Amino acid sequence: MTATITRGKPAFKPAFKPAHSAEGGQGRHALLFLLPALVGFAAFYLYPSVRGLWLSLTDWNLLSDPEFVALDNYAELATDPLFWKALLLTGYNTVLNLVGQITLALLLAALMHRLTKSVVLRATLLLPWLVPNVATALLWLWLLDANLGFVNQLLDAAGLDTHGFFNAPAEAMPSVAAVTTWASVGYVALLLYAGMLQIPSSVYEAAAMDGAGEVRTFFRITLPLLRPVLALVLVVSVIGCFQIFDTIAVATKGGPVNATKVIYYYIYQEAFTHFRMGYAAAMALSLVLILGVLTWVQMRLMRASDSDLG
Amino acid sequence: MRAGRIAAWAVLGLAVLVTVFPFWWMVRTALTDAHHLFSDNFSLWPQHFTWANFKRVLGLSSLAEAQAAGGSGASLDFVLYLRNSVVYTAVVVAVQTLSCAMAAYALARLRFRGREALFSAFVAALMVPPIFTLLPNFALVRNLGLLNTFAGLVAPILLMTPFTVFFLRQFFLSLPREVEEAAVIDGAGVWGVFWRVALPMSRGPLITIALINGVHAWKDYLWPLLVGQEEGSRVLTVALGVFLQQSPNARPDWTGLMAGSTLSVIPVLLLLLVFGKRLANSLNFTGIK
Repeated sequence: MTATITRGKPAFKPAFKPAHSAEGGQGRHALLFLLPALVGFAAFYLYPSVRGLWLSLTDWNLLSDPEFVALDNYAELATDPLFWKALLLTGYNTVLNLVGQITLALLLAALMHRLTKSVVLRATLLLPWLVPNVATALLWLWLLDANLGFVNQLLDAAGLDTHGFFNAPAEAMPSVAAVTTWASVGYVALLLYAGMLQIPSSVYEAAAMDGAGEVRTFFRITLPLLRPVLALVLVVSVIGCFQIFDTIAVATKGGPVNATKVIYYYIYQEAFTHFRMGYAAAMALSLVLILGVLTWVQMRLMRASDSDLG
Repeated sequence: MRAGRIAAWAVLGLAVLVTVFPFWWMVRTALTDAHHLFSDNFSLWPQHFTWANFKRVLGLSSLAEAQAAGGSGASLDFVLYLRNSVVYTAVVVAVQTLSCAMAAYALARLRFRGREALFSAFVAALMVPPIFTLLPNFALVRNLGLLNTFAGLVAPILLMTPFTVFFLRQFFLSLPREVEEAAVIDGAGVWGVFWRVALPMSRGPLITIALINGVHAWKDYLWPLLVGQEEGSRVLTVALGVFLQQSPNARPDWTGLMAGSTLSVIPVLLLLLVFGKRLANSLNFTGIK
């Protein structure tokens, strides 16, 4: 490995060649520069990826030796109702989050874009994103407490029905989605706001000359020109939603009666509560494939929207 | 027209209120005497003000005092967990940023065989959800005997994360070559150019990526939950989870939990006060490129 890199065939024409280095002498430097990252990459990305693949073909309880079972784990996955339910719940949570996050974030970003450049406002909106999800979950566990939580007190005072929130099977997943939306909407709004700043002001001046109102300007100009940024935000949000774990682990533990057992939490439980590493690895690999397909589809959409803009 | 502007400001004001109020409620709960939490639950200001909750979660009160203040009597030492979190975050940020900057510089500026392939491999790693590598990584760290050690805690992200390499490489590509060439003419070696020219010129992006990595490390939960369960390596987020489990289900120790949560938010608030402008502006680069 060292030898091949050091000799570095001059097939590459160096665009920038420091005077001190002999022909191809950069290979040795490059290796030194890359060494720490390469060690990290090989040990904690490359090796575990291969091992994860292998693990998914075994039965392993972390104690005895892994036992090769070929595709048994995948066969079990196909008929495991909890796996499919976990996927459905993950999808449900993702849709709730996307609708909530993106509409609210668009509204906030558009308002900021037209009204104020205030850094204090932007920093404030970023606050929930900076806080550990564990603290956010605890905070909302208290605010949404079925009996004494502030939100229920507020509903009660207003003469409305109180809710179980995290304790009620039908309300638990939407409650989790609401909490994660609260935690990330400011961050998404700032990403969209940054995108809006890239739209040239001359476009807005032209719209104003034509007498277009604010709402019309938003739907006819801001939104279409923002599509590439929106698509990127969508990809990042979907990946984030599929990986929801902390909030679930603290607020609901997958309950009540599996009502919030999303895929990440199910994988975690199978691996570290039931010690079924092989089965968990098979689920994790399925998740890799699902996310890969989703990302690919979204990238295609993003490219389509780019070409629309010409 | 004017009514529209007022309505728009009202919506922004509401957003700020919804953002900030839960934090106020957290602090207000943490400063309320546990015995009076439920009787004056609706007042915006603590009616029975006390520092006792902070004292007991920081392990500064005796067992009897802690129990009198509403605790379960389980030993709590958030000073230790706070310290663990700070050390974890600081080590990860310092080492990872430097290591990734070196790799990114090589990938952006140095010529060597296999450069494109290596970069593609890093980008591919960016697409893999962390849980897939987490299972084998846990097995690896366990086999190395690193469970419940700082080394095990930092191992997977210490030397590189694909995103940091990717982010810094983009920036190094945009640096003007003339400055580097001038340094070379002055007799600087590759390391000298990197250390004295490229790094100082990249101060902005370096601070940005360090802040982002710092926030992520501070928020980390799943890996520290698996690897750092014992006191010596338990970070704040894990400690909060453990605290919740110790607290009775029927009547959770809300005042103590909120005091602990407040402690995990204070460093973030400080960060926002010092770097607020940079953090708010940094999103221009990170999300959209």
